Amino acid sequence: MNAKISLLCLLALSAATLAPRAHSAADTLRAGAPAPAFALNSSLGKPVNLADLKGQIVLVNFWASWCGPCRKEMPILEQLSKQYKARGVTLVGVNVEPDSAAAANWLKATPVSFPILFDVDSKVSKLYQVEGMPNTVILDRKGTVRYIHRGYQPGAENEYQDQIRALMRE
Amino acid sequence: MSERRRLTRLLVGAAAVATLSACAPIEPWVKPYEREHLAETVMSFNRDPVSATYIEHVYESREGARGATGGVGGGCGCN
Amino acid sequence: MSSAPKKLAGLSAAVGALLGYARADVLPDDRADLLWHSYQGGGISVGGPSLLVRKKFGDHVSLSGNYYTDEITGHVDTISGASVNAMSGASTYKEERKQGSLSIDVLQDKTTYSAGFINSSEPDYKAKTAFASVAESMFGDLTTVSFGVTRGWDKVGERGAPEFSKDADRSNWQVGVSQVLTRNMLLGLNFETTESEGFLNNPYRLVRFSDPTAARGYSSQPEQYPHTRTGNAASAQLKYHLPGRGALAGSFRFYSDTWGIRAQTGDVGYAQPLFRNWVVDAHLRYYRQNQASFYSDLFPYANAQNFMARDRELAAFKSLTPGVGLSWEFHPTRFTWLQKGTVNARFDRLRIRYSDYRDLSDVGAAPGTEPLYVLSANVVQFFISFWY
Repeated sequence: MNAKISLLCLLALSAATLAPRAHSAADTLRAGAPAPAFALNSSLGKPVNLADLKGQIVLVNFWASWCGPCRKEMPILEQLSKQYKARGVTLVGVNVEPDSAAAANWLKATPVSFPILFDVDSKVSKLYQVEGMPNTVILDRKGTVRYIHRGYQPGAENEYQDQIRALMRE
Repeated sequence: MSERRRLTRLLVGAAAVATLSACAPIEPWVKPYEREHLAETVMSFNRDPVSATYIEHVYESREGARGATGGVGGGCGCN
Repeated sequence: MSSAPKKLAGLSAAVGALLGYARADVLPDDRADLLWHSYQGGGISVGGPSLLVRKKFGDHVSLSGNYYTDEITGHVDTISGASVNAMSGASTYKEERKQGSLSIDVLQDKTTYSAGFINSSEPDYKAKTAFASVAESMFGDLTTVSFGVTRGWDKVGERGAPEFSKDADRSNWQVGVSQVLTRNMLLGLNFETTESEGFLNNPYRLVRFSDPTAARGYSSQPEQYPHTRTGNAASAQLKYHLPGRGALAGSFRFYSDTWGIRAQTGDVGYAQPLFRNWVVDAHLRYYRQNQASFYSDLFPYANAQNFMARDRELAAFKSLTPGVGLSWEFHPTRFTWLQKGTVNARFDRLRIRYSDYRDLSDVGAAPGTEPLYVLSANVVQFFISFWY
């Protein structure tokens, strides 16, 4: 009897593994599609509009102060931003928290030089179908989505560098 | 164990398997960017494992019941 | 000296904590905890340290090790044996139990595989436990499913009788699901089956039976337990984030086994962060069980049944335990490799009212009319945790 239940549990687990992951009905955010437009208030004191960044390679990073991997990734993004800023690459951080106070506090302790946008009503997060935290979307100079990174694994910065360099060569 | 109970358990198991496969197209109703409360320490099923292990040991040494005291998952859903 | 079932209990608690609190899609945080624990009540005093260290190696592997000690000082009733009477004994005993464990967690995408080993040792009881589990995160990380198995091999000895050595084996399996219900609510469901086989009782403990010829009105004989025990437990836990910063927690567990024990456990708690770095919490735990089918405080005569027990753990009782905890978080700037630390204190007052276990320290009373035993114990914990 115990063997049967064990087998069933294993089957349930493997079925769940093989079952397709939950995807949104309109799966429009994929490589090759134009990046959805948005304008948000920012840490620069004035709103930042994505359209204004056309002509630059843009890295949009969705993050939250309560998310461990997001906080781990920030110093790496700061380094990337400093390294490639002069070569036509713009980094933009989108904070997804409804209450920006926690994020503002964290940024005071750990400041970054690239602009932070505040998506307080989650409109842009929904638009970009943020499915994991953090979430990084890399756009080319024409404003087309080219790479999507869900989550942060140590070593991802190498991937970001390779992809940025590939886009710079275009 | 009686045949009926065995059959019931098998059916429950099969239903679970079917449900898991059938539920795949359902969209997660709490988005990753909405999980700020779930990520807080007070919402963790177990904040301090060393303390929880100890107090469970104190109870189990004096009581007849044992088991099913775990809590898995929750939290911030990062990565 | 604690009995065989007590050892089982300690080890399954250890495994439960090691298995049941892992998240499937990220490895657990690197941390170290040092705990001083103290239990005082019922004529015994148990204390000691517990050290837990966890560290990631690479991006996919986390190792964890624990060292735990119990130093037990207690009073033994020289007439009836170890746990018959907690208070009247003239002789004091001292005993030490040491336990070490090692476990590994491997993360692959959204699945975590875990395995580990626990070794527990005291002069008259040695227990080895191996466990393994799989946990997977699904549905946008809203659901985590886990499945685990445990095997244990115990050797029961007897102080003063070096040739005495009996085996007791354990086998458990667990299934758990944790589900995010709303932005503010988490649900956890767990089911566990425990099976034991072998020498499941205590070589020192005695049962008592009515004996008009004896001075006290009763005589004793060694307890007799069945050689197998199978138990099932099912529990549900709920966590709810209140408006503001506080959180409510509630849980319920049903247990039943082949020894006739049916138990219910309920726990409600509240945790509230205060100011910037403090968290205070309080909880109330209720537990109730009926007696094992072969349990009796006083048997009518010698060898009244095939199986006989007078272990408090198998008696009928109700228990209410209130507890409080206080935690202070600090961020040391001197050591840059330390992310944060906490200093914690916890106090629980365990209180058990037995329905059919009598306090034999009242030597004047007729057998079977002694007052029912009430256990009160203070459980204190003080621990420091570091995250790095």
